[in-house]
Amino acid sequence: MIDSLLITFLKALLLVLVLLGAFAYMTLIERRLLGRMQHRFGPNRVGPFGLLQPIADAIKSVFKEDIVVSAADKFVYFLAPFISITFALSAFGAIPAGPAGSFFGFNPWIVDLDIGLLYVFAATSMGVYGVFLAGWASNSKYSLLGSLRSSAQMISYEMGLGLSVLGLIMITGTLNLREIVDYQSGAYLLILLQPVAFVTFLISAIAEVNRTPFDLPEAEQEIVAGYLTEYSSIKWALFQMAEYVNMMTGAAFISTLFLGGWRGPRFLDAVVPGISEWPFIWLILKMAIFMFLFIWLRATLPRLRYDQLMRFGWIWLFELAMLSAIVTGAVIAFVL
Amino acid sequence: MDYALELSGALYIALFALIGIAIVFVTLGMSRMIAPHNITPGKLAIYECGEIPSRGTDVQFNVNYYLFAIMFVIFDVEVAFFFPWAVAFDALGIYGVVAVALFLLLLLDGLIYAWTKGVLKWVY
Repeated sequence: MIDSLLITFLKALLLVLVLLGAFAYMTLIERRLLGRMQHRFGPNRVGPFGLLQPIADAIKSVFKEDIVVSAADKFVYFLAPFISITFALSAFGAIPAGPAGSFFGFNPWIVDLDIGLLYVFAATSMGVYGVFLAGWASNSKYSLLGSLRSSAQMISYEMGLGLSVLGLIMITGTLNLREIVDYQSGAYLLILLQPVAFVTFLISAIAEVNRTPFDLPEAEQEIVAGYLTEYSSIKWALFQMAEYVNMMTGAAFISTLFLGGWRGPRFLDAVVPGISEWPFIWLILKMAIFMFLFIWLRATLPRLRYDQLMRFGWIWLFELAMLSAIVTGAVIAFVL
Repeated sequence: MDYALELSGALYIALFALIGIAIVFVTLGMSRMIAPHNITPGKLAIYECGEIPSRGTDVQFNVNYYLFAIMFVIFDVEVAFFFPWAVAFDALGIYGVVAVALFLLLLLDGLIYAWTKGVLKWVY
């Protein structure tokens, strides 16, 4: 059963608002956690535990002057944040968050696509255009370098991402994210069947969302802020928003593909009947684990050098993911 | 799922994207109404650590970016061929596995060729 257009519109609006709220508080959580990991406090002045800090930040960025540099290509400069944020948001819509009809009688997803997996890939990889056009339109050396680095990095790790899920698709025989989750409830979690693919996918996903140790596009110490150099005020905030939404999409996507998505551990059903079928909480919990991992990595690892980054992506990740797919195919075809 | 449902899926995605666009318009509009607008020539210059910008973006950059872009186009298109095969994996059986293994070997051969030619090595 699919929901009517009006219901879908309301759900989409709700999801967008939830994602934006989550973005605001992710920035706070990230700063607090980084503070803890570096033996300092992090923002704790605005409200209790700094809980009002994101609101203060939002107000501040709206009140800042929006400068469009005179050298910029005005139209493309304006278009880039649109591309970034629109595709970042719309990628999330295909990820199921609960069983059908569990959201007040409606489905807890925006769209249920037979090609859901490809759709998420397509929507997230459109993010490259936002980043590249932003750097190109600014007409500044740092921005151009940042966007070139970023594009080369994102397209390189996209192949690792694509190859990693091949074995998974062979096992489940579907590209529908809802069916992939259902498959994992009937059999093993796919992380157990595809451990190598899980690792390569996770690493590629971190590179795709430009997080440390793959945050070369921003590399504050070398090229200022990369493609963001010439963006100020609310447009800068929109890019930050896109980055965090991409992170959340990545976390939800990994959870859905490898960790059983919205379903919880079955053994808890013995304690509270039906708890593993509760919508939303399990997906959010699994996402939180990956978000924590992203922040933890940022506090732990130094940035890679660019040649190391490319070598690692093309020679290690690509080959490892391919090997995993070949082994999976061979085992299914000849052993089982 | 039938064709009409797929089409409605596309419609819903378009709807979702429109909301995303609307969000951007709302925030930009809000900023335009609230934010100060006091332009000076210094603000409009591109950022170069406080110096007067020496030149635009007509600088030379590393040719490696170009090579990697070409490699990406080749390999990503080939990876895209695997998806429909992986979905129909069971139906195609041993023949499908052998055929794709050959295709994969050709792909790997291409990668190894590029590798030995030094394309994958980042040169400064």
